[in-house]
Amino acid sequence: MRWLSLMEKLRAPLMVLPAVALVVLLFFGGLVVGFSQSLGYFPAIGSFDLTLRYYGDVLTDNTFFESLWQTFRLALLSTVMSSVLAIALALVLRNTFKGSRFFTFMFQLSIPIPHLVAAAGIVLLVSQSGILARGAYALGLIDAPRNFPVMVFDRPGTAIQLTYLWKEVPFIGIVVLAILQGVGPQYEEIARTLGANAWQRFRYVLLPLILPGVLSTSIIVFAYVFASYEIPLLLGVRHPTTLPVLAFQSYQDPDLSLRPQAMAMSIILTLIAIVLLIVYKRLARYAVNS
Amino acid sequence: MQKIIRWVTMVLIVIVALAPILPQFVWSFSHRWLFPSLLPSEWSIEPWEYVLSPSSRVGEGFANSLSIAVVVSVLSILVGLPAARALALHQFRGKVVIEWLLMVPIIVPGIVATMGIHQVFIRLHLTDSFIGVCLVHLIPCIPYMVLVMSSVFANYGTELEDTARTLGAGPFAVFRFVTLPGIFSGLLVATMFTFLISWGQYITTLLIGGGTIITLPMVLFPFISGTNYSNAAAISLVFVAPAVLVLILTSRQLGRESAVMGGFGKL
Repeated sequence: MRWLSLMEKLRAPLMVLPAVALVVLLFFGGLVVGFSQSLGYFPAIGSFDLTLRYYGDVLTDNTFFESLWQTFRLALLSTVMSSVLAIALALVLRNTFKGSRFFTFMFQLSIPIPHLVAAAGIVLLVSQSGILARGAYALGLIDAPRNFPVMVFDRPGTAIQLTYLWKEVPFIGIVVLAILQGVGPQYEEIARTLGANAWQRFRYVLLPLILPGVLSTSIIVFAYVFASYEIPLLLGVRHPTTLPVLAFQSYQDPDLSLRPQAMAMSIILTLIAIVLLIVYKRLARYAVNS
Repeated sequence: MQKIIRWVTMVLIVIVALAPILPQFVWSFSHRWLFPSLLPSEWSIEPWEYVLSPSSRVGEGFANSLSIAVVVSVLSILVGLPAARALALHQFRGKVVIEWLLMVPIIVPGIVATMGIHQVFIRLHLTDSFIGVCLVHLIPCIPYMVLVMSSVFANYGTELEDTARTLGAGPFAVFRFVTLPGIFSGLLVATMFTFLISWGQYITTLLIGGGTIITLPMVLFPFISGTNYSNAAAISLVFVAPAVLVLILTSRQLGRESAVMGGFGKL
């Protein structure tokens, strides 16, 4: 009997063990190795002394701060715009109407499409000789490709933002949609009978319900964009590029002595991401409660 | 008025959803398509011949991407499903810490971990290997599997399992005939997530695979920054096909399983 109760006690921990072991070994193990290398512990090049030099190098480099700002700006703008658009579209799509299932399917279409394919599609669309430029020419709005606004390799990163919007709006949107459809119309009906107008019904009834979902998905989107590499590399300006691009470029440099600096940069990137997420969550909780 | 807004929105959704994809079909059959023509002046199946030729390495990339994504998804299910169930249905000491540990890779950038693992894998001879790439893909995949499935299990009653057990069903029979049908649609969505996460990985594969393990994103990448739009479009369509297939298979579940998507509200 005692054996049985012990087994019962160990059952849940044993069930989580394989997943936890893999995530801890791979993610946190990688984190520890990366962190120690950022402090100069790098046996492969015969360096064992711990130092903060590499952090100093990174923090005195102007390129780092320009890239940090670019990364932050891109992530923040993509996240805010995606969230607002996703809420608006989910509010329209939640009603059942003729063809609503088809439109919901179209809305979800970009979710499984890889970011690289989205990037390729956006380039073909908005480059100076792309489909939109051709349309503008056909309409007589421009008379040469160079008159079409630059959206690829531009400093604001228009094509990057468009790619993220196209990918992330449906991601946030289906979560909001699922919550809205799960809630049903009763609360709004009550609010309506109590005399709440459309804005009040949204602000005081729907928004508090969907906010947790919007918060978590927008956190995922922010973290993703903040750490993403291939889209800004393909569609963005070389200078200032984003932090992940900068870090991976130094990491992949044949000169191995650049690696600790790449690690220091990545550690700072990670810390900033964590601080931003904590601040965001605090602010959001405050917003929900008030 | 509301109706007009709705229909304008719907038309915009369709246009925006298709705008980056449909032109790629046209590009993939074009030979000459210069500004400002709205359609190619010369059509050709050359891009598709290129895709099918061994020198493009598209076939190799496709096979690698597919087998890695399948292995990663199966492993994610094997370790993620029990963990999700334990987190949703059992109380045990340290549960909050475990939940936190498993969610961290979703919201904390994986860049340091990837570089750190690369260093370790070099020593373990796991770089340039299929297993090494699968392992690094597991980092974002396991958390998503656990996240989605724990919210599925949270809305799942175990009474039917107890009944089946009282009626003499063994553990396998209970899982096969009671548990699995109960969680199936949620599992399908979770598997779609892990498959697509692995399918879309670029930098992790590049770093750990070291150019030995070629996947589709690595074949496509140089073409996007290049000037051969026709080949870029054809490869990109090959890359997107299984993904769309997966969506068609799971889209009904995606709409129906509000519990599944609701899981994202718990982060």
